[in-house]
Amino acid sequence: MLELVTFSLLNGVVYGLLLFMLSSGLTLIWSMMGVLNFAHASMFMLGAYFSYQLGRTIGFWPALVIAPLLVGAVGGAIERFGLRHVHRQGHVGEILFTFGLAYLIAEVVIMVWGRNPIENRVPATIDFPAFVLFGTRYPFYKVLMMAISVGMFVFLYLAFKRTRVGLVIQAALTHPQMVSALGHDVPRVFVLVFAVGSALAALAGVIGGFALLTEPNMAAALGPIVFVVVVVGGLGSIPGALVASMLIGIVQTFAVALDYSLLDLLRTLGVSLARSSPFYEVCAIKVAQAAPIIPYLLLVLMLILRPKGLMGTRET
Amino acid sequence: MNRRSGAPAAASAPGGAATDTVRRYRSWAAAVILLLILPHVPGLDSSFGRSMLSQMGIAAVFALSYNLLLGQTGLLSFGHAVYFGLGAYAAIHLMRAINGGLPLPMPFVPLAGAAGGLAVGLVFGAVTTRRAGVVFALISLGVGELVFAAMRMLQGFSGGEEGITADRSHGPRLFGLDFTSQLQVYYLIAFWALVAAALMHFFMRTPVGRMCNAVRDNPERAEFIGYSAQRVRFTAFAVAAMFAGLAGGLHAINYEIVAAEAVGAARSGTVLLMVYIGGVSNFIGAILGAITITWLQVSLSDYTAAWQLYLGLFFMAIVLFAPGGLAGLIMMHAPLLRTAAFPGLLRAYAVALAPAVVMLAGAIMLLEINYRLSTQPEAGARITLLHVSLDAASPWPWLVAALLLGAGFLAFRRTWPGVTAAWQRATDEAGTGGTP
Repeated sequence: MLELVTFSLLNGVVYGLLLFMLSSGLTLIWSMMGVLNFAHASMFMLGAYFSYQLGRTIGFWPALVIAPLLVGAVGGAIERFGLRHVHRQGHVGEILFTFGLAYLIAEVVIMVWGRNPIENRVPATIDFPAFVLFGTRYPFYKVLMMAISVGMFVFLYLAFKRTRVGLVIQAALTHPQMVSALGHDVPRVFVLVFAVGSALAALAGVIGGFALLTEPNMAAALGPIVFVVVVVGGLGSIPGALVASMLIGIVQTFAVALDYSLLDLLRTLGVSLARSSPFYEVCAIKVAQAAPIIPYLLLVLMLILRPKGLMGTRET
Repeated sequence: MNRRSGAPAAASAPGGAATDTVRRYRSWAAAVILLLILPHVPGLDSSFGRSMLSQMGIAAVFALSYNLLLGQTGLLSFGHAVYFGLGAYAAIHLMRAINGGLPLPMPFVPLAGAAGGLAVGLVFGAVTTRRAGVVFALISLGVGELVFAAMRMLQGFSGGEEGITADRSHGPRLFGLDFTSQLQVYYLIAFWALVAAALMHFFMRTPVGRMCNAVRDNPERAEFIGYSAQRVRFTAFAVAAMFAGLAGGLHAINYEIVAAEAVGAARSGTVLLMVYIGGVSNFIGAILGAITITWLQVSLSDYTAAWQLYLGLFFMAIVLFAPGGLAGLIMMHAPLLRTAAFPGLLRAYAVALAPAVVMLAGAIMLLEINYRLSTQPEAGARITLLHVSLDAASPWPWLVAALLLGAGFLAFRRTWPGVTAAWQRATDEAGTGGTP
């Protein structure tokens, strides 16, 4: 039991930190620009593919730095040359732009790397066990992932609280018009935030690509969950994104490990349900099977009951 | 007051009420005749053509129902397929019951789809329409994912990925229809599509429908004159869900199978593409979009494996350059038709078209070579495009394609000022503004 709990907790934290890397950039983009950026998870995917491609020629460590920088440049260009021009069409136009972009990026990935998953193996330089726990080796790359995301949190937090740009961003989160009126170049801040957010997502993709299957569908599979994290954490709140990522990561990992259903609960309470009952099928679903719907249930409940999110300062 | 838009929804200008009524009945009668003769038009009279027409009919009802949400009420939904899919499930379960001996003729099955869509729409609508805008978009996304995951879990109800099947030809007959031929299925779909389109058109002209537009344009003002914006959104949402369910019921009859993907995000995305490409808040636009996208899905996929890429590019081009969609483009030109400068505009278009075609040819060539090499490496480097055989292993096709693309783009940019000038002349004459 202790073993199960320890490993579930560890894996949940790793998954949660991965979600945090994705959602920290998105929450900034979203709260500043009001854009529901559907293409954010696509940046994660591009990070995985770029690092795979670069890693084959220049090795893993340089790729870990260069791939996110490249994707950051792509993100900045998207804001500067695409999103800025649809801005005048209002939020629906912007959302549809990123929606179409996500679709297009997936197609471009298919065009370049093919439809099947690529063999994105953990490179030899980081493929060794970090420590042994209950007789199971814990891989180093997962520890690296934790270290990188914790480093990212510290970096973001300090950049936010201690630098001038951070102050401008913080102000622009709540009063973009006022910040602009005071003479700050808010569009340039937008480009910066978009580029940095994309780069962070790509960094997550470099490492996350090993843990998940690197395929053209990965962005579509992960995208909606990142929205959940941002809503639950609260718009524009980096600590909120961290807490929500952890919550969802751990809850989902534990749910996958639980092989019980409502039927089992009823049985321990002394209630038995006939197989012919219309509720039998619903009650027979195991918690592990229901794990994929937990984040969305959380999203819908959160939006209805507390639209501010856990640590947000204003409504979504 | 002689300027009017082509959409029937906007056809009630003061002054010409009687002629408008005549015109409206005339356009509906034309639609009936068109639907009757379409499956006998050469080219569409094969079973493939009729099947495509059936799909277009289903897509048109679905797109019109989405237009009620996005176009008329301003609710951007990323989960509209939920109501389509659950309506389809309601219909397919009814069909199975009919197969099992329930004495109900098949033509009534789509009503079960509508009832299913309405029931689910009432339940989800009550909680999701409290907020509009981005929050609504998000909740709809969440509900969509929720229902899709639930459908994959409830194997007994949904059949999961494999789906559940029924037989449309096995049941009591009405007017001797047994639905063994695609033609009969087409006429059934055409009938229900026409009924649904007429009802939705009518709904938009009721006071509730007008309030939908008011809530879309200015919810605060709608509240001030005494309407609850949430009630109006809820009503529109439920009606849209009902018609989406009807489309789902038609889907169940057409395919005789419903699987979990019927409620999936891909279908929700497709209907959004249809309505946006056709033209948001335009009745004809939604139908136009449904027909265009279905045609692209059915026929373009025969010509190229990269059709989804082209669809994505097409959508992005519309979002960036023509937010009014295809219908918007058409309506922009309608007032210019009778101006003296219109032939000049056409000439400018023709001049710009040549380099545009060259540019497109280069782009398509590049995309096709790339797509082929990465998705079907086993097929080799020899590629046939429009009867021209190319060897993708040599640099020549790449060079030629890049040259076509670059030269076409530069020439296109040179011709564009001519188009804007001609446009300016025509709009000045017609007394309207806007840019192409």
